[in-house]
Amino acid sequence: MATFSTNEFRGGMKVMLDGDPCSIMENEYVKPGKGQAFNRVKLRNLATGRVLERTFRSGESLEAADVVDQDMEYLYTDGEFWHFMDPATFEQHAADANAVGDSIKWLKEQDKCVVTLFNGAPLAITPPNHVELEIAETDPGLKGDTAQGGTKPATLVTGAVVKVPLFMSTGEVVKVDTRTGEYLGRAGK
Amino acid sequence: MTDSAGWQPSASLVALRTRAQTLHTIRQFFTSRHLLEIDVPVLASHSVTDPSITAIQATVNNQTGFLQTSPEYFLKRLIAAGYGSVFYLGKAFRDQEYGRRHQPEFTMLEWYQLGFDDVQLMQQTLALMAELLPGKPQRTVSYQALFEAEFGANPHTIDDAALAQLGQARCAVSFDQADRNTWLDLLFSHCLEPKLQDVVVVCDYPASQGALARLGENPQGHRVAKRFEVFVDGLEIGNGYWELSDADELAQRFAADQELRRERGDFVPAVDPQLMAAQRHGLPDCAGIAMGVDRIIMAKLGASSLADTLAFATHFSAEP
Repeated sequence: MATFSTNEFRGGMKVMLDGDPCSIMENEYVKPGKGQAFNRVKLRNLATGRVLERTFRSGESLEAADVVDQDMEYLYTDGEFWHFMDPATFEQHAADANAVGDSIKWLKEQDKCVVTLFNGAPLAITPPNHVELEIAETDPGLKGDTAQGGTKPATLVTGAVVKVPLFMSTGEVVKVDTRTGEYLGRAGK
Repeated sequence: MTDSAGWQPSASLVALRTRAQTLHTIRQFFTSRHLLEIDVPVLASHSVTDPSITAIQATVNNQTGFLQTSPEYFLKRLIAAGYGSVFYLGKAFRDQEYGRRHQPEFTMLEWYQLGFDDVQLMQQTLALMAELLPGKPQRTVSYQALFEAEFGANPHTIDDAALAQLGQARCAVSFDQADRNTWLDLLFSHCLEPKLQDVVVVCDYPASQGALARLGENPQGHRVAKRFEVFVDGLEIGNGYWELSDADELAQRFAADQELRRERGDFVPAVDPQLMAAQRHGLPDCAGIAMGVDRIIMAKLGASSLADTLAFATHFSAEP
């Protein structure tokens, strides 16, 4: 496997640290006028999502992580695994609950998403930033209450719960930002 | 910044006016004190042995030369030759340096005052800083006091194992084995330096970090290097010495540098024979300091990157 030296570290580079694949976020060179140079590196652990800092002596290196982001289609779940397909090769991948995490609540069958593969196996999934999903259940809509700005919870067809305006009703399709879980509006027809 | 299609300057016109004014103020400060400005060569046959500084090599008339990492050796030869107190304001070069606070080509101010010790040079340095950064509060603190206040340990007496433990406890590091100076540099650069706000002079460095400074005793009776550093708002600006004049001790330090480089498998530069000859002829008692002028301008502008102070930032940056 290839290795990267501290002076090759770039944002987005995938490396192995403490046995986990990590993505480099920042690399700051710290050097006293007389003395040892360091690289103070900020990384995201791709398995846990946690951000960590680590200081290296300049010139140290890390093994590259075999991590690729692949556009895929969500197929279905059998209760234990979630199945995804690469639409180009029709190759299928099964992701466990750890890999799909919370993100799966934004996906319905046939939706597109990005699957991060580590050594060929799904490590994480990322839904599109914006998704359009139908409301499966919410309290009845209140006509004429458009100006009040009040909200109520609505359960979407995928199981996600978002806050929607009072006038929205079951069966309508909403646009949601998956990064914040915020309602953005009625989906364009 | 490294966009090859971008032809425009890196710095604003306002920043370049500040730069011009800064260079003017520095020259006035020294000429009014009767120091002679010397325009020494940037390209030379030898380089420094300092294990943490890498010179850029150049091929000149089929011979290997080095872009100077500082004007120090030329200035010391002038002083040994009896040319008096001198200063240099111009370019210096260091390889493997990049990022917001480093550039491989930078503007350096370096000066030597005959008959000065480190304390006198500190005072003169603060006088210059008062002209360059008017109204900015100044203070002087010893390395030991700073270290003790943050870590509750004496940097001169803490044993190697305890120092390593402290380094690992305070900084998330990728290594657990390192020499004493690496742990000291780590703790200083990560935990102390960022807190040095306004203008701060740190004096009496650990004896193991003497570089080319003479050794002495601090008021507590510990062996220290008569070396000091200047910081502005958490940024290292300059490094001064009460210069080591003992040629034999200097030769020993150069040999130790070379040995360390050999152990690491790094390039081992030959000791500059002309500097050694000058030192054997005799370097008069003097104190000297080198300062990063671009960083001073960065502090004046409140800029976050050196590139904001340079007409054209380097093309050779490895910045992510």
